[in-house]
Amino acid sequence: MSVLHLAILLPLLAAPFIPFLFRAVKRIHTGWFVLVVPALLFAYFFRFIGITSDGGVVTETVRWMPSLGINFTAYVDGLGLLFALLITGIGALVVLYSIYYLNKDKESLGHFYVYLLLFMGAMLGVVLSDNMVVMYMFWELTSISSFLLIGYWYEKERSRYGAQKSMLITVFGGLSMLGGIVLLESMVGSFSIRDMIANQTVIVDSPFFIPAMILILLGAFTKSAQFPFHIWLPDAMEAPTPVSAYLHSATMVKAGLYLVARMSPVFQESSLWLWIIVSFGTFTLFWGSFNAVKQTDLKGILAYSTVSQLGLIMSLLGLGAAALHYDGMDDNIFMVATIAAIFHLINHATFKGSLFMMVGIVDHETGTRDIRKLGGLMTVMPITFTIAVIGSLSMAGLPPFNGFLSKEMFLKATTKVFSMDFFALDTIGLLIPVVAFIASVFTFIYSLIIFTRTFMGKAQFDKLPKQPHEAPIGMLIPPAILAILVVVLGFVPNVLSNTLIRPAVESIYPTLVEGGQAVEVDLYFWHGVTPELLMTIGIVALGTLMFFTLNKWMGIYNRVPYRLTLNGMYDGSLVWSNKAAYRFKDNYMTGFIRSYLIYIFVFMSGMLLFSMWWYDLFNFSFSEMAEIAPYEYVLGAVVVLSAFAILFMRSRLPAIILLGVVGYSVALFFVFFEAPDLALTQLVIETVSVALFLLVFYHMPEISKKEARMRFKVGNAIVSVLVGVTVMMLSFMTLSNKSLSSISEYYKENVYDLAAGKNMVNVVLVDFRGFDTLFEIIVLAVAGLGIYTMIKFRTTVQRTKGEGEHGHEAKK
Amino acid sequence: MHWLDILIYISLAILLLAMFFMLYRVVKGPTTADRVIALDSIGIALISVVALLSILLDTTMFFEVILLLSILAFIGTVAFSKFLERGEIIHHDRDNDL
Repeated sequence: MSVLHLAILLPLLAAPFIPFLFRAVKRIHTGWFVLVVPALLFAYFFRFIGITSDGGVVTETVRWMPSLGINFTAYVDGLGLLFALLITGIGALVVLYSIYYLNKDKESLGHFYVYLLLFMGAMLGVVLSDNMVVMYMFWELTSISSFLLIGYWYEKERSRYGAQKSMLITVFGGLSMLGGIVLLESMVGSFSIRDMIANQTVIVDSPFFIPAMILILLGAFTKSAQFPFHIWLPDAMEAPTPVSAYLHSATMVKAGLYLVARMSPVFQESSLWLWIIVSFGTFTLFWGSFNAVKQTDLKGILAYSTVSQLGLIMSLLGLGAAALHYDGMDDNIFMVATIAAIFHLINHATFKGSLFMMVGIVDHETGTRDIRKLGGLMTVMPITFTIAVIGSLSMAGLPPFNGFLSKEMFLKATTKVFSMDFFALDTIGLLIPVVAFIASVFTFIYSLIIFTRTFMGKAQFDKLPKQPHEAPIGMLIPPAILAILVVVLGFVPNVLSNTLIRPAVESIYPTLVEGGQAVEVDLYFWHGVTPELLMTIGIVALGTLMFFTLNKWMGIYNRVPYRLTLNGMYDGSLVWSNKAAYRFKDNYMTGFIRSYLIYIFVFMSGMLLFSMWWYDLFNFSFSEMAEIAPYEYVLGAVVVLSAFAILFMRSRLPAIILLGVVGYSVALFFVFFEAPDLALTQLVIETVSVALFLLVFYHMPEISKKEARMRFKVGNAIVSVLVGVTVMMLSFMTLSNKSLSSISEYYKENVYDLAAGKNMVNVVLVDFRGFDTLFEIIVLAVAGLGIYTMIKFRTTVQRTKGEGEHGHEAKK
Repeated sequence: MHWLDILIYISLAILLLAMFFMLYRVVKGPTTADRVIALDSIGIALISVVALLSILLDTTMFFEVILLLSILAFIGTVAFSKFLERGEIIHHDRDNDL
């Protein structure tokens, strides 16, 4: 086990100690102990930048299940490291923030930090695992820990609802992903991502290529809240705000983006990959920003904005695949899409993290997040206001913040579709920049809403549950750090270009890098009048216009009834599937043994007859049959007639007697066919069982003793005839298809020589096949004991209930 | 075919025919006592059938069957009779105490 493995597992290893610390050290907030873990890990992973920026990778393997090809292979390259730094860096800030956000006396911090550390370790495992099964394991662990964190305030109904919703959706995606992983393994023969990339041509040629791709993408889309799976994210806002900031803006929802980026080298040859990702990403971008505008809850706005921004990054990752098909000069103009994706991923983590923390502060200091109650907080909370403005403007894509740079690059990448002459991108692909433009306008509007409705306008402090004041300094530090990063990355973006972005982009284009194409990341270039700059100006102009006329067109949001919205459909499908399952169950699980017997009989006959028909086994031959003696006819008639007569008896006593007749006749058959031992046993057993039937009959309640004869039911008659015919067919078939001779010759020859007996049946019973006899003796013993205990139990019940009650009798 | 065999076949046929009529009585009734007596007669007829078959098959293997049948037919008839008379088969002294 290497240091790298210990680093990945450190949060998981630290988690068990947290509850003890929480109990033992009451004076110090538990968060301070937890803070050590991400801070240490951030410092540790920071040192890897030197290695990956030179194009190097670090691989460490721990054998876990080598026989199944499942080993914990930690693999650090540019992409993995970028995510690891995001996870640990923002993790540290979130823990610091949570120390001030969560009260140590009122909240069960032991639980909170255990879940958070579980999540952190799981997330590190996802981004640093080369083995896909191990990655899947960590992937599900993120789902579970996210479920626990969303339901942290479990006494609230909305929290439980949100937790369940996110669990159902992300686990659905996770399981689909597992299916994709298994398909990929069946093609390549290895669970290692690097092996899959190396055998990429095998995968592309395989018939399972498209199913595998779609299954993997289902996992990525559900986790990254892409349309139509985005609905869990707004409901996950019931979690404590540090959780929303960490999981639902900066890290977990980016796991899907990570997966898409990671699997790009495997799939991006295909046009389907580009089209699925770009269309879903672009539509998510539009849908998220469109819906964010109507939200009245600050966290709701941020949730939809996260959905929208994730769609943006997703569509960029899809567009980046075009770079593979561009065989132009050295400066591959489509690489800009992937560079923009990675850059915006970092930017989004910074500004969205700070915005969530800002909302948390507002919530914490005023007691509400509803923008209809807030307003005029600018003078009361100046620092928070500054953070909000920086974050919002960066999100809107305005200079001089980092969001501007990545938004410009995004627009540049979308306008590049004009110069793509493959995959039909130059026709229907022209929609992409149009949708991107509209979405950006909405993004601009909700970004303005966030800080104008909260901090500007008329103060209405009497509506607030608390008297607002500026937050404590500790709560302001983490969002301030992120806001400073937003500004710094806006002014000097090139600190990232060679350290983080270029290595990450290179791991998305391994084939291009090997082919000699250089990935050049130059983020300085934001001067000059380019189409994207004009688009930005257009966005600002149109956005401002629409923002001031907001009240005039807000009505369009109420046009769609709830039932037809995605949330309505989700709720409806839950209710419907529940109802349908209940109805189905109630219909076939009637509780009557006769229904179940009919299922069994019909199924048995159906299967047997079908398979006999399928294999064409109805050609019976009667050549091997012995001749039937006349007295056998007569006895057969006796058996058939008495068995038939049982059905028509008026009461039960004659039926029992007739059953005795059948038994004795069978004994006579044994005599005819020269089986004296069987005949003896049959006679005795028949007598005993008839006596037992009489016993049962005696104990029956009066009302059912008088019952008239069995009622005739057509269905039952059909089923019984069917079963009889089936069994008859089956016996004819077996008799006429005998292929092997009997082994009884051996017994005949050796019964005296080997076993010293002349009665062959008895020798077989106690000598050749004595084991069967032993266990049949045990069966009898168990039956005897069972009857004894049932009778004992019955008498005690009867005594407590009083005499004369013969309602529930033992059957045997 | 030996004349004895023919004779045995004829006897068998008569006995089985007799069993048929007894069976008719079992099915028809009208009272349970009729049925029980018919069943007892079937048992006796069975004894004869088995004895005739033993001659026919030239074996002594089925002599136990004959003995057993006679015992069982007796026990069975007694059990039925007791059931019809007293409504129970095995009488418990304890039942009186309850």
